[in-house]
Amino acid sequence: MDLASTLRMAFRALARNKTRSTLTMLGVIIGVGAVIAMMGIGQGADQAVQRQIANLGSNMLFVSSGSMNLGGLRLGWGATKTLVREDVVAMLKECPAVVTAAPGTQTSAQVVYENDNWGTRITGSTPEYFEIRTWDFQSGSSFSEDDVTTAANVAVIGETVRKNLFATTEPVGKTIRIGNLPFKVVGVLVAKGQSPAMSEDQDDTIIVPLTTLQKKITGQPWLRFVMVSAKSRSGSYAAQQQIQALLRDRHRIRPEQEDDFTLRNLADMADLASEASKVMTALLASIAGVSLLVGGIGIMNIMLVSVKERTREIGLRMAIGATEGDVQRQFLTEAVVMSLVGGAVGIASGVGASFVIASTAGWPILVSGTAVAGAAGVAIAIGIFFGYYPAQKAARLDPIEALRYE
Amino acid sequence: MGAQQANSTVPEVSGIETKPSEIMIQVEDIHKTYDLGETQVHALRGVSVDIRRGEFVAIMGASGSGKSTFMNILGCLDKPSSGRYLLEGADVSKLEKNELARIRNRQIGFVFQGFNLLARTTALENTELPTLYSRVDKAERHRRALEALKMVGLEERTEHFPSQLSGGQQQRVAIARALVNRPSILLADEPTGNLDSRTSVEVMEILQSLNDLGLTIVLVTHEHDIAQFARRSIIFRDGKIRRDEPVTDRARAADVLKTLPLLED
Repeated sequence: MDLASTLRMAFRALARNKTRSTLTMLGVIIGVGAVIAMMGIGQGADQAVQRQIANLGSNMLFVSSGSMNLGGLRLGWGATKTLVREDVVAMLKECPAVVTAAPGTQTSAQVVYENDNWGTRITGSTPEYFEIRTWDFQSGSSFSEDDVTTAANVAVIGETVRKNLFATTEPVGKTIRIGNLPFKVVGVLVAKGQSPAMSEDQDDTIIVPLTTLQKKITGQPWLRFVMVSAKSRSGSYAAQQQIQALLRDRHRIRPEQEDDFTLRNLADMADLASEASKVMTALLASIAGVSLLVGGIGIMNIMLVSVKERTREIGLRMAIGATEGDVQRQFLTEAVVMSLVGGAVGIASGVGASFVIASTAGWPILVSGTAVAGAAGVAIAIGIFFGYYPAQKAARLDPIEALRYE
Repeated sequence: MGAQQANSTVPEVSGIETKPSEIMIQVEDIHKTYDLGETQVHALRGVSVDIRRGEFVAIMGASGSGKSTFMNILGCLDKPSSGRYLLEGADVSKLEKNELARIRNRQIGFVFQGFNLLARTTALENTELPTLYSRVDKAERHRRALEALKMVGLEERTEHFPSQLSGGQQQRVAIARALVNRPSILLADEPTGNLDSRTSVEVMEILQSLNDLGLTIVLVTHEHDIAQFARRSIIFRDGKIRRDEPVTDRARAADVLKTLPLLED
């Protein structure tokens, strides 16, 4: 029998029992829909985390002073005074994987503009800082290399600071006071939002030239951190090793001693987060997969009932010339049509659900083509797998017995 | 036998060829044994019979006489345990399942006691069913089904569902379905078993007229009245042919109908 007739016959047979066919398909619909929605959610969450990490800076490594061990007393971030600007110069010269580096230190201070004041983080760094963090300006620009050399009183402010001190006024060109010193605002940064790694408001900050902060505010000549940018994501691992070796050497750390600095690689964090969301996606998808399996068993169940009910029809078809193959194909087609139609509706509802969830969670909408193609493939496979046994049962019927069946 | 005299008077009609005296079915010493574990049941114990083109044979016998087994073998639904069965000169007793299905499709038309029409399927589509299994294109399928329905006088009812047809009409659809692939023989297994007496005669009238056109018909029945419409009767008993003789005082269904009161219409 040709394919068109077989298909038409299958649709006709399914249409004869609309409620039953629909309910059977519902199992597949829910299964396929759930798998697609779960994959969408997992991948959406992963992308959201990756985007936040990328937001911190491109191929960035973060070296911070600290992690010092004083006779069992371990001190963390910023506890040592060994990290200095010369280290950064050496890094740029001796570590081939390093592209740029920005030394920095930090303190907190109260900032005043006219009648408003705001307590915030003051970071001292170099113009490379903005480059490494891929941080753009909404107005004005960075301070210059000269400003760093001359320890000029200039400042770049974050969006949160702008909101709190300036509200509607354009900040560039205005003078603010940090502690007792006047600073001219030269640039305003675009909003970056919450940092995923440190869970702090990245926009609540003021950046001034490193030298200005060191000499005029904190009076401390050492660095709290160095931000390093590597050539590529893979290059960041090389940079990590090169920097560690260099700093251990420069700080004269004996092999048995621990580092007096902490090195964090953003690629590592991204990998970790990615790993976590992959596990989550796999978990969700496998739970959804179970419901798909149950849907498949539903198809098998109904097909077995259908074969039993239509025993006489099978006998008749065989008597008028249907081969075993024809009968088997007929029932297999019915099962596959059910799973395919169910799969198509399931894909539609799964995609719909992904859209709804993504827009509520503010994630990028991700419906991967592979998930959809995979779901369609799985739906067909389920139809064939669970339809095979009933179809085989139908094909094996003895036409004489089947015709006599009451 | 009666076959020759019909052939001499009947013109050739599309789909049904008539070649006088040609042997259509040749059965030689057929045995059929069912193995039921400890015991063996001998359903047929050496049956030999020739049926010529254009014959109308009634097969009779009590239940258990072997007539159903014989019909199943004639219809290629079952294979004999031993012996030969030649259908139109070709030995079909040793064929594979798929080859038998092909022969059932092309050379044999079945009519059953229970009609066996597909529910919620129009008369036309029911009639088309065998053509679906025989590589015939759609237009030709349609044309043949219409032609077959016309032969049984149901050209007005092509779009009716079985539930909208009377028992007699349903059996006529079943006959049309049996004719659609232009078979060599028509096997009718108790075709009037579910019908009242007048409708039975109406169905027999159709079978007689088809036979008049040259179609070979083998009919299983246990009613003597029905067997009277055939040209030859074969009586089975205990797995053997007990009697094989021409029907004397053959009844013409058209004449009988005139004597019966109208129940329908």
